[in-house]
Amino acid sequence: MSLFDYTLKELQEKLHNKEITVTDLVDASYARIKEVDDEVKAFLTLDEENARAAAKELDEQGGDNPLFGIPIGIKDNIVTKGLRTTCASKFLDNFTDPLYDATVVSKLKDKKTVTIGKLNMDEFAMGSSNENSAYFTTRNPWNTDYVPGGSSGASAAAVAAGEVFFSLGSDTGGSIREPAAFCGVVGLKPTYGLVSRFGLVAFASSLDQIGPMTRTVEDNAHLLQAIVGHDEMDSTSADVEIPNYTEALKQDVKGLRIAVPSEYLGEGVSDEVRESIKAALKVYEDLGATWEEVSLPHSRYAVAAYYLLSSSEASANLARFDGVRYGVRSTQAENMVDVFKYSRRDGFGEEVKRRIMLGTFALSSGYYDAYYKKAQKARTLIKNDFDKVFEDYDVIVGPTTPTPAFKVGEKVEDPLTMYATDILTIPVNLAGVPGISLPCGFSSEGLPIGLQIIGKHFDEATIYRAAHAFEQATDHHKQKPALGGVKG
Amino acid sequence: MSEITKEQVLHVAHLARLAITDEEAEKMTKELDAIIGYAELLNELDTDNVEPTTHVLDLKNVMREDEARKWIDREDALKNAPDQKNGQFRVPSILD
Repeated sequence: MSLFDYTLKELQEKLHNKEITVTDLVDASYARIKEVDDEVKAFLTLDEENARAAAKELDEQGGDNPLFGIPIGIKDNIVTKGLRTTCASKFLDNFTDPLYDATVVSKLKDKKTVTIGKLNMDEFAMGSSNENSAYFTTRNPWNTDYVPGGSSGASAAAVAAGEVFFSLGSDTGGSIREPAAFCGVVGLKPTYGLVSRFGLVAFASSLDQIGPMTRTVEDNAHLLQAIVGHDEMDSTSADVEIPNYTEALKQDVKGLRIAVPSEYLGEGVSDEVRESIKAALKVYEDLGATWEEVSLPHSRYAVAAYYLLSSSEASANLARFDGVRYGVRSTQAENMVDVFKYSRRDGFGEEVKRRIMLGTFALSSGYYDAYYKKAQKARTLIKNDFDKVFEDYDVIVGPTTPTPAFKVGEKVEDPLTMYATDILTIPVNLAGVPGISLPCGFSSEGLPIGLQIIGKHFDEATIYRAAHAFEQATDHHKQKPALGGVKG
Repeated sequence: MSEITKEQVLHVAHLARLAITDEEAEKMTKELDAIIGYAELLNELDTDNVEPTTHVLDLKNVMREDEARKWIDREDALKNAPDQKNGQFRVPSILD
């Protein structure tokens, strides 16, 4: 049994009783990385020397909070002071000395977690499989022929493979929940505005959220608790009262009103996924919750609206990559405009260029109303669908993805097929509500299946309560991938 | 259905400050045409009386006192720059 098979609570007891040290935890993390990361390929950058020094210091100081001394991996679009941050893009290949920590990183440092390294992703978080990384494709620990999902694919894979205890990801259209589903871990996209985006390299600012990825729901609640809160450095950060998320886990789900959108079990959803969700609903019935089928009638428009809006925002956000202040500059350019044009040509990968082009087109003169504004209006209709359902129900439950993980290479040739992977997660970002994915079964090929639970704005507590009750009634979260020749 | 032309793609690439080859422009014309064609699904929706959503939270402008605050200094600001001189970012001439 690995140290990372314990829960946070158990690890803290062991630390407190001096059965283990922070150094043991950090050693376990790097040992596991050495053992399996050739296969999994989760890490872009390791911070071993600093992590070991930090562990030594923490062992001397001691500490007492649920996250004390816990090894963590951070998605590489979250800025870490002095630690290379590339967004898995060649454009930032030389960005080795970032000037500040993202707010979430400072908050975790306050809690004395230990940063093990930076995790691979789809370049600038644009993708659903990790195949858009400019460096290498992270593999699914359950079967390395398959993708781990994306864009936070390595954040999910590293947790599933036991390389770090937990990780941070970011989610714009499903980038935490889809890889969590594919890799059999727990991933939460918080309500828009709950977690500060300061220091998250912006993809689509009206949709992006940072969130926790863990093995269990309780650990997820602990990690969320540490990173939430109003931040004056993010003008879209919400000033709301923060509940105690772990307290919420103690409540059962008797009387919980669950809505199941018919659109989430319809065409395109595989039989195995549908059966797993039905089995999950049976578990909820047995636990005393009730469920009814509902409709989110505008679901089918979500992917189209999302790609127009997120690409438009991306085209503006990625204008900052100009080869002047940081990043790689083309050596071919002889005048200023060519510095921009050639640096961006050399630095950006194919998918990033495609989205910048789509967004620039949708925002360009003569097309703005027909595409960008139309998509914003569709977003209103999608959001209204959620508001209406939440008048009568506490949570919405369905699959996270229509199918389990697909094979590496299977969808790279067709952008639209790849985009459709996120059909069940995108509406949640458009509505700004929170959603979690947790394991609810396995396909006949042994790949994890994810259950998605969606809540009202700022009602993460009810999501956790529902997720925890399901998890405790089942043992899907106890399964571990066979890697390095032996189980876990 | 949309019909994006190669000329449009080259124009958009210029707006996006992205150098692309002729070959890339051809490929991108097809891809963008397919994506935009798919996005025209939204035309099924009657949105005449629908307000656009720019933001899901009801947020107002966030103001603070107009006071200088300590942030990064000049030396730090320049240390990741591809080229610099005399405490400034250095770039090629703007005029040909």
